[in-house]
Formats: sequence, structure tokens, C-alpha cells
Amino acid sequence: MSKPTGMARDVLISHSDKRGQMGKERTDLLRGTLDLLILKALGLEPLHGVGVSRRITQITAGAFRVSFGSLFPALHRMEEKGWVQAEWRASENNRRAKYYRLTSSGRAQLRAEEQDWSQVVKIMTAAVESA
Amino acid sequence: MPGRIGSFFRNLLRKRAIEQALNDELRSAVELLTQEKMKEGLSQPEARRQALIELGGVEQVKEEVRAIRSGIFLETFAQDLRYALRILRKSPGFTTVAVLTLALGIGATTAMFSVVNGVSLKPLPYPQPESLVEVGLDLPGINQFNWPLCPEDYFTFREQSRTFQDIGLYYMGFGASLYSANVTGLGRPEHVPALGVTDEVLPILGVTPLLGRSFTRTDDEPGSSDTVMITYGYWRSKFGGDRSVIGKAIDVDGKPTTIIGVLPQRFRFLDMTNLGMLLPLRPRLLRGYNYFSVARLKPGVTLAEASADVTRMIPIEVERVPERANFFKDTRIGPNLQLLKDYMIGDVVKVLWVVMGGVGLVLVIACANVANLLLVKIQGRQQELAIRAALGASPGRIGGGLVVESLVLAVIGGALGLLFAYGGLQALIALAPSDLPRLNDIGIDRLVLLFTLGVTMVAGLLFGSMLPLRYAGVREGTGLRETGRSVSASRERHRASNALVVIQVGLALVLLVSSALMIRTFQALIHVQPGFTAPAEVETFHVHFPPEMIKAPERLVRMDQAILDHIEAIPGVSSTDFSSAVPMDAGAESDPVLVKDHMLQGQLPPARRCFWVSPSFFRTMGIPTVAGRDLTWDDILNKRPVAIVSENLAREYWDNPSDALGKQIGNPKAWQQIVGVVGNVYDDGTSREAPATVYWPITDADVFLGQPAFAIRSARAGSQSFMNEVQQAVWSVDPDLPLSAVHTLDYYYRNSMARVSFTLVMLSLAGGMALLLGAIGLYGVIAYSVSQRTREIGIRMTLGGQRDDVLRLILGHGTKVALIGVAIGIAAALGLSRFLSGLLYGVKPTDPLTFLVVSVVLVLVSLLACYIPARRAMRVDPMVALKYE
Repeated sequence: MSKPTGMARDVLISHSDKRGQMGKERTDLLRGTLDLLILKALGLEPLHGVGVSRRITQITAGAFRVSFGSLFPALHRMEEKGWVQAEWRASENNRRAKYYRLTSSGRAQLRAEEQDWSQVVKIMTAAVESA
Repeated sequence: MPGRIGSFFRNLLRKRAIEQALNDELRSAVELLTQEKMKEGLSQPEARRQALIELGGVEQVKEEVRAIRSGIFLETFAQDLRYALRILRKSPGFTTVAVLTLALGIGATTAMFSVVNGVSLKPLPYPQPESLVEVGLDLPGINQFNWPLCPEDYFTFREQSRTFQDIGLYYMGFGASLYSANVTGLGRPEHVPALGVTDEVLPILGVTPLLGRSFTRTDDEPGSSDTVMITYGYWRSKFGGDRSVIGKAIDVDGKPTTIIGVLPQRFRFLDMTNLGMLLPLRPRLLRGYNYFSVARLKPGVTLAEASADVTRMIPIEVERVPERANFFKDTRIGPNLQLLKDYMIGDVVKVLWVVMGGVGLVLVIACANVANLLLVKIQGRQQELAIRAALGASPGRIGGGLVVESLVLAVIGGALGLLFAYGGLQALIALAPSDLPRLNDIGIDRLVLLFTLGVTMVAGLLFGSMLPLRYAGVREGTGLRETGRSVSASRERHRASNALVVIQVGLALVLLVSSALMIRTFQALIHVQPGFTAPAEVETFHVHFPPEMIKAPERLVRMDQAILDHIEAIPGVSSTDFSSAVPMDAGAESDPVLVKDHMLQGQLPPARRCFWVSPSFFRTMGIPTVAGRDLTWDDILNKRPVAIVSENLAREYWDNPSDALGKQIGNPKAWQQIVGVVGNVYDDGTSREAPATVYWPITDADVFLGQPAFAIRSARAGSQSFMNEVQQAVWSVDPDLPLSAVHTLDYYYRNSMARVSFTLVMLSLAGGMALLLGAIGLYGVIAYSVSQRTREIGIRMTLGGQRDDVLRLILGHGTKVALIGVAIGIAAALGLSRFLSGLLYGVKPTDPLTFLVVSVVLVLVSLLACYIPARRAMRVDPMVALKYE
């Protein structure tokens, strides 16, 4: 768990150090992937930022390690959009931490993105296999 | 609701709060990661290092989050803005009414604030104005306060002070009789407004001449050559801005005088406008407490320290003038220091703040009106909002959008209001009391603009924040299913609009009570007989003979008499006189007057108002003789030791006015006999007690022979043709003698009530606007409620309800709202009206009659506002109402 599992994947969802280029270079698909993973991670229970990162690594069987430089901006963006709601609580180690919880519109978003994703996978699979 | 508007306010005030939360969040993330790594067996420092590496640099993460936050904020703001403009364009009627209402409120508030700002907030136009003070004296022993200084005070303070950097003396005349110099040899003889100064005054004010030099101590010495400094305006108009004017000689008061300097264009002495020249005051030649002073405090010295310093210096001054030791002791003379600005503006500021408060209330009422309009409008947009909610707009987003709409309305209203203020400011200044200082400083400056911006934003947020409250009634889905006639939502809406109307009615009551109290005050003042009669028929003016003529008083009397003779020859003149001052022109003096049979050992008598008059003064002014006789020319010309006193003075000592006749008053070395008692005159204005007054023969004070105030009783007073004839009469005696301060006695009388009438007019305007807006607000609410209840009314009527019942139903609703508003308004007015108490006369701030009448009027107007929609409700046709759906 402590070592990156694959360079390529890590780069895939890493944060960019160059702010000016942020977002623009990333395709919507990849950003959607990160959002979907975060929503999915929060789908079970409210988590703090580090918890979300660990949960994503866990549910992708260690394939994805989301960098915090991407994770926190994403969480804040979702908070602005009203998909998640934040609250301060004591963590498992009795530390104060900011927990994110899915709102009802967040759940709707999760469902919508799951459907989109299956759609994409279906189409892409068909496309790849037809060749 | 907090979450809903909260989002918007968070966005506005976001920076700091978000930064704080972000810091906390990242710190906690570092801690969590460190703990995790320590569990894996790393040492604490190493675990922390690894944690920071994994986090990828706290600052970078923060930057990314900030970019996301502000990006989203700007993007949504731009969207909301576009949407708001589209919505407002789509309903021009609503937008116009709302914008105009706001523009009126904001415009009035801005205009009034520019006045308050110019008069009392703006610093004086001198360097470090906060260390400039006016030094005056209190004489509690004779009940006199804030006297100017005498030359001995000035010499003592100048030499002995430890707290003044410097102190200077100046003379500008008293009351309507401003100091001026007769200038001859430059075309027509002219009376030029002048100011006498000691050499310190200009350096204290930080003024350096544009050309030439300032006065030095030598200019102030008696016997030195005569010098003058001229103002920029005088220089431009008389010398065409000729730079070689320095060193030229002009004739000032009959003496050749050298121009030594030209003052810069922006120089302004206190509040004096169109000042022409400055002359050396020459304090060694002066006597008496007639000279004002300006001093600059040393850095860091407080007003209290400077006062203590003056107290310390007064005994030192006694050594200089031992013959006045008793006067100093008996009057208990002491310092009265004020900041120069406070001295200049006086207590008129209180009036301005009262009016400002009134205008501010109108703005609040205007906001409530617009909020109510928006509430009605939003009801019609329920469907649209519900659709937006269903399509995924978060409640905060919709709320924020509505607030942006309100802000856009407010900003348009504010911009238009600024235009209104710009136009209305001149009218406001014209209405302002004539003693309003610093008129030139009133204008729309940066502070005023900031104020307008602030007021606009607060107004926008104020009525904007009512909307999400209303919007809370829409839940996702529910709005869509209903047909726009949701019972629960409209109940909530009604509650909000009713609350707004209650506020409007309440505030309108406060304003109406205030203006009614001012009206009662004005009536009470008008009812007080000022002591003179038909003041509009008394024309007054001043002339100033050259000062050195005072050395020949006999000649002056003859000239004054000759002027009287010529004036009396004018058709329509019934009586005329000359005197030291005109009643109510603030030019009369106050001096201690001894009374022979009421001498108290070792105690000074109180100061009395003193006029020096010629015969016929009382006949011209219309002051009745109570006992005895008027002065005669024999008294005047032969300097008989006589005097006339006012009735209240006579009663104070001898109970019966006629008992005063023959009594001796004045000065133990030369007593003067009372030969007449006349009616009281309210020289300080009718709102104050009439001062006990002594009238001396004008020949007792040569100085007034040289600058007499003439008065003429004639039905033609106040007309230009009459004044032309009067001017000719004066010039036939001395063609070099200009007239100044030409006013009817009525002008001074009205001026004495100027503050009351200004407050009255302004508060009545505010009250009228409040009443109108309140009535419109109530009408709107009731009319809307009727339109919403058409179906219910139809059902009632179908089931046998009578038209009267319907009328009662609707009027009942309106009356209830109005009565609650009136009750709240009465409570508020009882609390607020004490701010008026200083302005009121003859009526208490809690006057029950005023409160009762205003409440009744307000309820009646409310009923009228409800009656129009109620009548419409009565005419509802049950069939139509039920079918209409």
C-alpha cells in the first residue's frame, strides 16, 4: 500500500504543478473518473480527505492512488456544487477532521455518473472489440 | 435557510473563512497521515516528513483549492448576473417601480449624507487641522459663556503659554455687521469685506502667500506703515492678476496702504466667503473682549492640557492688568477651548443628524417596499424556480441567484439615486438653515460615493435576503406538482409581506410623529409675539464710516442724522432710526449692568443685553412703551444720563414697571436714570427666553455711531425700488458710503426659526414619502391577497356570504396589519423622539395628542389603501371566480 502500483496510473490522476494549465489539459473523462471514484468512496459512509484517498486505493484494489493535490480541490468543488456537505468531527484517532458526506443531490450525481460510466464502458468495449 | 443564503454570504466574505477552514483541514490531514505512518513503525519526525511528501506540498494543495473556489464563484456570479439582467428586462414595469423607489431612497440618503459629511466629517482645509483650537472664555460669575478674548489675554497667552505652538487674534465683526474696509481710488468707492489678523494667524493656518510676503510683527506695531494683503479673488477682479501689484499703494479707510502680499486661490478663512483683504489687527491699539483667536497646539497636547494651561495663565494676566483683578475674581473667568472645527460648525450638526436619521428611515421603508414587490413577483416564478431545482440547481445556488438579482436592482437604483442626489443637493442647500456652516465643503466626494455604495449594497442584501426566506417554501418537486396556488407557500409569503408592511407602517408612524412634533413646535414659535410688530415692514441695513472718523463723534452723529432726514423724506416712510444692532441679528452685546438700589457687595451683577439706540427705535421696530417715555434728540445730542429698560428687567428689580422710572443704573461713576420701560424682545429667537435688556442713548458708544444699523418702517420695505431710493438718500449725505447687510426685520425673525423650519420641511418630506410608500405597500399586499383569494371569496359568496362580510374580511386583514404597525411605531417613536427634544418648543417629545392624531391618520390612510382592493373583492362574481382556474 505504501508504494505506487504503477507509474502510468499514478500520473493519470496526479495533480498538476502548473496551475495555469490545470483542468484544461485534463479531459472531462478523466475528471469524471476522479469524481465518480470520490462519490463512490463517499457512498458508503462519510470520510475525511485522507480516508477518501485510502478508500479509493482500497476499492480499486490498489490500482489508483489519488494525489491529494487533485483530491482536495475536487472535494471542495463538489462542496460548492452541493454534492457533498462537510462537517468537523472527531476522527477514529480522536483528532478533529473535516468529514465529507454525500447529499441527496450528490447521490443523484453518483447514480448519474455510474450510468454514464457503464454507458462509456459498453460503447468503448464494443468499439474496441469490433476492431 | 442559513445554508441557503449562507452560501452566498460565504462567497462574499469567503476569503478569510475559507482560508481558515482549509488550513485546519490540511493540518488535520497531515496529522492523520503522520499517525498512519507512525503505526507503520516510522519515528515521529520521519513520519511527518513522509506525510508532507505524500500530501505533495501543503501550499500547492491550498493554491489548487483556492483556484477551484474562486473560479466557481466567479463563474456562478457571471451566470447569475446575466440571468438577473434578463429577468429584470423581461418585466420592465416591475423593474422601473423598484428602481425608482430605491433611487429615491438612496438619492435622498446620499444627498443628506453629503451635507453631514461636508459640514461635520470632512477635516478643515488646513494642515494638521486637529491641533487647531479656538480659545474663548467662560465668565460663570456673570452667567456669560464663550466670550472672545481681549488684547491682554492675547499678549499673556502668546508669551506665557506652554501648550500653544502659537496663538493669533482676528476680528471679523459681529452678527450681521461684518468687518469691512472702505477702499477708494480704485474706480468706484467700495466696501470690501475684510479681516483683521495678528501676524501669527496665517502661519498657524499653514497659509503662505502666492505673491509677496505675509504680515510680520512689525506690521502689527502701531505707527508702522500701513500694509494690506489681498485675496486671490480680489486680486483677479481688481488688478486682473497683475503680478506687479506688490508694493502698490491703495487707499484703505482713507489711508494710503501698501499691498504686501496676495493670498493663494484656495485660501479660505474659516467660513468667510468673498473676503477681499486682510489688514494687520494692531492689538496694542485695541480694547475689550471683541477679538476671536485661533491657536495651534504643540504636538501631542490635548484640549484638556491646553485648558489647564490657560487656567494657569489667567492669574499671570492679572499682574499685567491689576486694575481688573476684581473683575477676574468676580466673573470667575476661565478657559473655554474648542477644536476649531467644532467651534465653526456649532450644534447645527445635531439637526443634520436628526434629518439624516429621518431620511434613512425612508430608505428602509423603500427597501421594504421593493422586498414586497419582489415577494409578489417571486410567487409568479415558483414554477420556474421549481424547474431549476428539479434540474439540479442547489438551494444555495438558487438563493444566491436571487440575491444577485436584488443586488443588480440595488446597484441600478443606487446609480440613479446618485444622479438624484447630485441634482437634489443644491435644492437641499437652498433649504438649509442660513447658519449652516461650511456650505462650500458640501459636495459629492469619495467618502460620499463610498457611503452610497455601502448603502446600496446593504439595501440590496437587506431586501435580497428576504427572498430565500420566501423561497424556503419551495422544496424539490413540490413546486412543480402544484399549480402555483400552493396554500402553504402562499401562507408563508403572506406572513413575510405582512411583516414587511408592519415595518413600513411602523416607520412611517415614527416619521409622521417627528414631523408633526416639528409642526407643533413651529406653531408654538409662531404664536410667541417676538416683541416687535409687522417685521416685514421694517427695512434694515448697515453703513460703515471709515474708522478714523470715530475720533469725531459729533460729526458722525450729524451725518447719521442727515441720513435719517433724507430717508424720512422718501414717500411711504413712517418711522426711522439707527442703533448698534437690529433685534435678532445676533449683533447686540451683553455687559454687566449695575443697579444703584440693588448693589451687592463684592459681587458683579449679571450681564444684560445692551442696545445703543437713537430716538424712534421703539416706534420703528413696533416695540410698545410700557411706562415712561422714549429717548429724545435732546437726550442724544446733549448726552443726558438716561436709559430705557425692558419690562422683564424692570419687574426683576422693582416688580412694577412704572416703579423703575427714575431709578439709577449703569456705572457708579456716572449713573443713568431710567426714563422709560418697553416691552420684551426675543433677541435670541422666540424659542429662548427674552433677555433682560437695557437701551442706552447711541451717543454713549461712539463706535456704533461709526457703524450704525439703520431701520425704516414702511409698507414698501423689501422692494428693490424702495432700496434704490434709500441708497440715494444715503449717498446724498456721503457718496463714498456703501450699504451692507440689507435685510428686512422679518428676515432675521425667520432666520431665528430657520433650524426648526428646515427640520420641519425635511421631516415632513420624509414623512410624506413614508406615508405614500407605506400606503402603496399596504395596498399592494391587500390587492395581491385579494387576487389570490378570489376563489375562496367566490366560494364564500356561493355559500351565502354577503358582500359586507367580504368587505369586513379584507378590511379586517388590512386593519390588523396597520394596527400592529401603529403599535410598534408608537413604541419606536417614544424611544426615538427624544432625539428631537433639543429642537422642540412648546411640545413634549411624547405629546399624546400628536401621537393620537398621527395614529388615527395613519389608520385611516391604511383603511383607504385597503378599501380599493376590498371593493374589488366585493364585486367578485362567484361563477367567474370558481370557473377561473
